[in-house]
Formats: sequence, C-alpha cells, structure tokens
Amino acid sequence: MNADCIIIQGSNMAEAHPVGFQWVVEAKLRGAKVIHIDPRFTRTSALADTFVPIRAGTDIAFLGGVINHVLSNDLDFREYVVAYTNAATIVSERFADTEDLDGLFSGFDPASRTYDESSWQYAGNEDAGGDSEETGARRQVASALQHESHGPGIDSEVERDETLQHPRCVFQILKRHFARYTPEMVERVCGVPAEQLLEVAKAWAAASGRERTTTLVYSVGWTQHSTGVQYIRTGTILQLLLGNMGRPGGGILALRGHASIQGSTDIPTLFNLLPGYLPMPHVAQHERFDDWIGAIRHGDQKGFWGGAPAYATSLLKAWWGDAATVDNDFAYGYLPRISGDHGTYRQVLDMIDGRIKGYFLLGQNPAVGSAHGKAQRLGMANLDWLVVRDLFEIESATFWKDGPEVATGEIVPEECRTEVFLLPAASHVEKEGTFTQTQRMLQWREKAVEPPGDCRSELWFFFHLGRLVRERLAGSQDGRDRPLLDLTWDYPVHGRHDEPSADAVLREVNGFDLVTGRPLASSGELRADGSTAGGCWIYTGVYAGGVNQAARRRPGSEQDWVAAEWGWVWPANRRILYNRASADPEGRPWSERKAYVWWDDELGRWTGHDVPDFQVDKPPWYRPPPGATGAEALAGDDPFIMQGDGKGWLFVPTGLVDGPLPTHYEPAESPLPNRLYGQQSNPTRVVYERADNPRNPSPPDEHREVFPFVFTTSRLTEHHTSGAMSRTLGYLAELQPAMFVEVSPALARERGLEHLGWATIVTARSAIEARVLVTDRLRPLRVDGRPVHQVWLPYHWGVGSGLTTGDSANDLMGVSLDPNVLIQDSKVGTCDVQPGRRPTGPALLDLVAGYRTRAGVASMAPERIVTAEQGRG
Amino acid sequence: MWVSRPRWRGRVPAMEVTGWLRAWPLYRQLTGDDRLGRGVAVRSRRTEDLVARTDEADSVVRSVCPYCAVGCGQRVYTQDGQVTQIEGDPDSPISRGRLCPKGAASKNLVTSPLRQTKVRYRRPFGTGWEELDLDTAMEMIADRVLAARRDGWEDADPDGRPLNRTTGIASLGGATLDNEENYLIKKLFTALGAIQVENQARI
Repeated sequence: MNADCIIIQGSNMAEAHPVGFQWVVEAKLRGAKVIHIDPRFTRTSALADTFVPIRAGTDIAFLGGVINHVLSNDLDFREYVVAYTNAATIVSERFADTEDLDGLFSGFDPASRTYDESSWQYAGNEDAGGDSEETGARRQVASALQHESHGPGIDSEVERDETLQHPRCVFQILKRHFARYTPEMVERVCGVPAEQLLEVAKAWAAASGRERTTTLVYSVGWTQHSTGVQYIRTGTILQLLLGNMGRPGGGILALRGHASIQGSTDIPTLFNLLPGYLPMPHVAQHERFDDWIGAIRHGDQKGFWGGAPAYATSLLKAWWGDAATVDNDFAYGYLPRISGDHGTYRQVLDMIDGRIKGYFLLGQNPAVGSAHGKAQRLGMANLDWLVVRDLFEIESATFWKDGPEVATGEIVPEECRTEVFLLPAASHVEKEGTFTQTQRMLQWREKAVEPPGDCRSELWFFFHLGRLVRERLAGSQDGRDRPLLDLTWDYPVHGRHDEPSADAVLREVNGFDLVTGRPLASSGELRADGSTAGGCWIYTGVYAGGVNQAARRRPGSEQDWVAAEWGWVWPANRRILYNRASADPEGRPWSERKAYVWWDDELGRWTGHDVPDFQVDKPPWYRPPPGATGAEALAGDDPFIMQGDGKGWLFVPTGLVDGPLPTHYEPAESPLPNRLYGQQSNPTRVVYERADNPRNPSPPDEHREVFPFVFTTSRLTEHHTSGAMSRTLGYLAELQPAMFVEVSPALARERGLEHLGWATIVTARSAIEARVLVTDRLRPLRVDGRPVHQVWLPYHWGVGSGLTTGDSANDLMGVSLDPNVLIQDSKVGTCDVQPGRRPTGPALLDLVAGYRTRAGVASMAPERIVTAEQGRG
Repeated sequence: MWVSRPRWRGRVPAMEVTGWLRAWPLYRQLTGDDRLGRGVAVRSRRTEDLVARTDEADSVVRSVCPYCAVGCGQRVYTQDGQVTQIEGDPDSPISRGRLCPKGAASKNLVTSPLRQTKVRYRRPFGTGWEELDLDTAMEMIADRVLAARRDGWEDADPDGRPLNRTTGIASLGGATLDNEENYLIKKLFTALGAIQVENQARI
C-alpha cells in the first residue's frame, strides 16, 4: 500500500490471492503504478496500468534487460548500493563469466555438471568455496533451501572499492554480465517489444530511490522452473540496486499458495531441514555434532547464525529432554542422517522401483497436484500400504479403483497390492492451532466445533501414533529405538478423544527455561549449555510473557498501519525484514516520506514504526573490534544481519549450485534455441533419465516440431490446487464447472479448435482433454522472427472424485528440477494441441506412444544437457 | 474500508398515523428518511422478521481462512455445536472483513455432505472400500509403521558412518496443516528415523 510502483511477475495476484490484491488496488488509488508481466492477460493485468505479455520461461532475460538499463544509465540508488550491498567487493581474478564461456561460469565440470566455486569467491578468499564434489552434494540435498533465511559462509573481512571502478568489483562484473541483455535481445528472446521493456525499466527506476519505493511480487510462476531460484535472484539484484529492500513499500513479496506453507517451511515437513532452517545432518558433512554446528555458523562469520549452537542445542533439548546431555552432544546421534536427494520426486520414482514400503499423505493429493501424475499414481500402486488423511475421498485414495491408469489397464484393481487407509481429518474450524501466512505472520485459530465421526486432527493422529509405537517398543534394548523411547512425548490431552494440547506444543516450539519453566521472550535467551529447550528458534517470542502472541486480535482500526498487535510475525514480531536499511548509514530515514526505522540519538536506540531488525542499542557508527564474530561483528551500518558480511548480495560467491549470477537459459522443454549463449538450458538442473520420465525434444534435438507449442498452468480463483478443497464444494464447482484450455484465436484457426468444443493436449508423458476457451487473453508472440503460440491450463482437475472431474494438467508434466531447491519446472513445457476428445482405454497409450515415436523420444540418446562450446571438453 | 452492514431489523419511523397507513410503502417513502424507496420504506413484514444466522449464533470464534497464504481473518458462527456461518473478520488488518469465493465458501468445506467422516479401508487386491474401526486402524498403522521402519533400516553407510535411518517410510503433506501439527509430524518421523518427509513447499 505504501509502494509507488508495484511489479507483479510470475503471479496472477488478483485471481490467486484476491484479498491480498486489495492492497495493490489501494496503492493504485493513491497513485502507484501497477505493472503486470505474464504470459496471459488476467484480471491482474486488467487492473494494472501496464500489461506486458511474455514468453513463459524467459523472465531472467526480461529482468536482465531491466538491470542492463539501470546500470547503463546510472539509475541505481548509489548510496544504498555502496553502503548496503556487496557491489564494492572485489571478486577473485580467477572468476570467468558466462560472457567468456558461452553461458557457463568458471569452474564447470562437464562430467558431473557441477561447479567448483572457488573462482567465484571474493578476492583473497578463494579457499572458501565448495569444490564440484561439494556443490554436487549440495544439489542432492537442496541446500539453498537450508539457507533460506541466512547467507552461506563467507569471510567477514573483504577487499572493497567503494568507487565501484575496480574491474573485478561486483558492480563492474554485474555491468559486463548483463551488457548483452539489450532491449533488442529481450525482444528476440521474450517476445516483448523493446519499447515495452524500456517503459517498465523507466517506471521501476523512477519509482525507486530516496523518496520512492517499488515492490516486487511473485508466486510459483517464478519458483516452478529449472532456474527458479535464479529468477528470484534476478529480482533481488534489481531491488538491491534500486534500494528497495528493507523499506516500506519496497521488498519482494513471495505470495505463497497454502494457508501454512510458510509455516511448513519454518517448521519443516521437508527432508533436508529441521525447524528454524537448521540443516538435517548429512552423513558425510555432519558426522559429528561440531561438524554440524560449524556448518551452520560458518566459522567466524558475522551475523545471527553465530547463535547456531544455542538454537541447535535447544532443539535437541526440546526433543530429547534429560536424555540430551553435554556428554552425548545433546543426543545429536539420535538424528537420522540424509545422504543425498530424498525429495518428493525421488521418492515417487523409488516407489515405482519398489524401494518404499509405506506412504503418508497428509492433506495432500499428489495424484492430481504433483507433476507427472502417472508416475505419482503408479508409485502409489506399488506400496505395501498408504495412509491418506484428508477431508474428502481424494484421487490419491482412489487411484486403484477409478484412476486414469485403471481405464488404460495399467493398474488392475485385483492385481494392485497397496493397502489403503483413508482416515478422515478435522477441518480448520474443528481444531486449534496456528497458520503462518505469507508474510511470516502466525495467527492462532480458535476451535469452533468438535470434528464429526472419525475425523481427527493431525495433532491427534501423530500424537497417538507416537504413543502406540512407543508402547510397542517399551523395554526395547535396541539402540535404534532410543530416539523414540527418550522422546519428550508427554503432551497434555483433553476432551473425549484425548486431543493433545496445541497450546502446549506451541509453548515447546517457543522454548522455555528448563529450570524455571518460564517461556522465553526472544531467541537471544536460548542457551547452548542445555539450560533451555526450544523447538524452533525463529519462533521464539510467540509465547513471550506466557501469552500466546499469535492469538492477539487488536482490531486493525484501532492500530497504526503496521498493526503490530495483530498476530505475531517471526522473527521478534518484525513486520519488515532488514528494516535497518530503511535508514541511511548514519541512521536517519532516507526521506521523511519513507521513514520506517531510525536511530534516536537522545534515547540511544533504534526506534520507528516497526520492531527494528537490528540490535536495538547498537549505534550506526559502531565498528566491531578486531576478531569479533557473530552478531557482535556486525557494524552499525550492516543491515543484512543474517549474511556473513552484513551486505545484500548482488553476486553470490557461494551457496548456489548454478552460478553466482542469474543467466538466461531456455526451459528444459523449449521450441527455441537460446539466443544469448550456446548453453541451451540450465546445465546443472536435476534430471531423472528413465523410460517412465520421457521428455519432449528441445534444441539441439530434432523433431521438436512434434510438440510445437508452449504451455503453462496456474490457478483459478474458485479452485485450490488439486481441487480436493474446492471441486468438492457445491458453490465452487458450479462457478468453475469444467476443465478447460485457453487458446488464442490464431491458434484456434491454425488447429481448427472450436470455442466450447474439445481439445486434446499431448506431451511425451500423456494426453489430456479439455474444453476449449478461445480468448484474446492469449496472443501469439513474435519471438526471433517467428510466432510462438502459448496455451494455458488450470491444474485443479482430476479423474475420480469431486462434484466436477476432468483430466489433470499435471499429467502432461515430466520431472526435471531446479538444482538449488529440487522444485519441478512445471510452469513451462511444450505440447501439441489437436481438436476433439482424446481416445480412451489402451488407445490413449497408443496415441502417446505414436507421438513419442515421431518425436524420437523412444530412441533418444542420453540428454545433451551441456551445449556450450566451452563445456564440451 | 469495511463498513458495518445495516441491521436487517430496522425501525420504521414512528408517526402518529394509523397502522394500515404506516404499512403502505409509498407513505413511508414520502414521509420518512428513505425518499428513494430503496430501504426501510419498502421493507415487508417478512423481511422485518428475518434474522441473520450470525445474530442467532450462540458462539463466534476467531479463525483464519484455510486456502491460500494471505491469511484472511474469519469469524466462525456456531449454533448447537454446528457451524452455521463463516464470515470475513472486519478486525483483521490483513483482510478487513473480505473473503474471496473460496473463503466465502468455506462453510461449505466444513459442512459438505461429501466429507469423509468414517475410516475407509481397502485391503490389498481389493476392489472396494470396507469399513474399519478407527482404533483398529490406528493399531494396524502402528504395526505397519514399525515393520516398514525395520525393513528399510540402515545403520551405516558403506564407509561405516552412522545413518540411523529408515527409507521404508515416506510422507507428503503439511502446507495445509498447523505449525503445531507439522512440529509433531517432524518430531515423530525424525525419532523413527524416517527422513523422506516432504510437503507442498517443495512443489
């Protein structure tokens, strides 16, 4: 609402986050300019001042063009850039860029498709980077996610040139790197006319700086790509160059799609994380407790990860209580070790291969909601047992009786061995607890009614499952059972179903003093000596003063615009992260208009509208003593307090698998060659080359005309993900009653598609049918002199349950993943579109097999991923 | 801004006239405040007698919409132990009383006749669902968890470094659940040695 310009890219905010979009409209009414960049015209575009249609999968090229414009015309917020980013830092002379290496960075090993990072390091610091074996291991475990809230290791003492003239300073490297992202090049790659790029770049720069701020909004339209992390990095570079981070009306808003998807990352049901972004121990890297702690602290670097020993010890104390002692490294040995990729897609392939016995689905419906639906269902059909906990009889519970593979004969109920338990779940009003929304705010929900029949909360299910398992193992002398038997699992229960207390769990998450039982007020009170317990250090404070802060509901109308007394935001109830950057290096607001947090000389402390994201009594002129580490080593003008050098990173010397700077690569499936470099697609992306995960041909492969069109998927306002919570509701099913595909009038003419008729969409994985919606919302783009047709599909439908059913867009997807976080590239692929309905039964398999034959997929040699001249060794 | 709705049970302007005349909408329109005849002047007795479910509720609790991550405030109205209405919470500084079509339909989510309220069981090679008692299901699942844990157990890697884990069990889900629930899920699975725990955040 405080923004002067709002850039929405990779998000259809008006339709996918409608109530959040009211603030965009409000800002617009106050004079903010709204720009929407997306493959398809939507209601977000309709309310924007400017709509920029773009070819799916080319956002880095577009944003690279904006960066180039900013740097070429000195439009950056120089004072901010010099003081608060690593623009001035000198990089190793061994660094070579994509400019020199045809789309690869220095340190590339073609055999393993991984980088040795040492040449990306800051000058004099070359030993700090991981070699290619280490970065390969990091790719396996999606380590970038482990760094979600902290910078990976870097030495705090670095060489800088604050004139930004040194040829190897980050600023100059950035300039050279993006020099080829000219408006003309952007037009060739993205299909965006040069003048439209310049309009966006000028508006963005004009609404940034001392007096103004621009906010950037994205959603899964950015994350679900084989270069998804680098998409966001490109946005970060721009927002840092223009001085928009840590300031009101600025920042980058990741609009997340589920009520507690932020919470389930903070308190992660993810294989590579423990609560508070502590890494799951790795068998080789974290053999001993000290290895693990050392890896989180990164030695002597600056910043609040210096507190890692206290965070980690308190977690172990919360889980294993008295059994976690100084002598046994606080039961560190009880933690199981990861050794590589154990992500959800790896799991599915392992299920197909018979390596996994049992599977729990907890409010999730991968038969429809995950990429490569066929693989999902065939995996589930090859388990010993499956437990589905959901509100409804979802497709993932019924694949054995009415899934698409039953129709094709690939799953025969009488031959399918999977034992299925469908356990009804309690709804959000039938239990109490907290969701963490997209801006890190925890909001406690009160319970309205008892769940009906056998419906139970997940809290109930897991508490009692744990109780039953522990009862069975009571008295066991087997060492492997100690972690279960020593587990703190004594939550109070209430009610006729013995519901465990969510309040007690939240108290444990918050942390408490083990001697007095007093809830801790902040993560600074956590101790490394075993005297405190705390389940998630970033949530410490949610129960400060023994009060459930997430339950606070002081009406917005009775508060100022920050509304600090509604819910609780991690960390420490700070609403804007890194808000020290809202003041200049001397601690004064950059401008009156954008004042947010500032240093008050008389009080001798930071103050302002929000909780300062800084040590409150550390003055702007503070300089750390030699040899200081952790928080003490942060200078009074180091606003990025989780980074090892206290700076915002334009250039990432360590921590990313696919390069220190974003580079445009074509999507894994693209009809076009990469016009920027010889390297076609992300050379480090994760692929699973198997017959059951075929891919459509892309340059330099032949036969790509078999799948000539680009497709992308997204949400409707009236449905939610796999449709389990929406296709089952009368009102919503009536509002959006059928699966459909949007095509442009030009494509409709080209392929003989009739409005409201049927179309069949085909990839190497499957073919689906959908009703046709011919619309100007999609128009063919002119890319590199030729028209490119894009089609759009919602992904909410599935075959099986619900008031409306239909084919699933995710059945079209294969699995290839971003190397940093192992998220699939499901926002762009290639396909064919034909008029009419698809064949049914085994004839469907014949249709797809025919396509595969014509595309040469069946006989395709191992994928040629490294296509850069320099990478061919 | 959110504006409080006019109450349905509005009052007709009191006048010294006979009842039948006062009941005549045109008279009320000409003599009262509602000169355009779009409000109380033309209200019928039936409308007068209507009462909103939100007025009759015997309790209201503060909740949060279960769909996307904006976190819109909800007020859940109940009567006799049943949810009778879910409204946007005007106090929320996030949503200011608004809900999108999904949030506005969430009473339908909770009260849908399609909801599963009984355990269903499909035995291996079965062709249909069977009924199963919840306690029995829990005992069966506990047995299967321990068996799968045992079958997939790995003490150490080929170099002898400790793994202390099982690859027999996998799990997917959490983004629609509460933080407290995710906490217990991760805690129990980790203690079991089960590492293959994932959710929508990877997707």
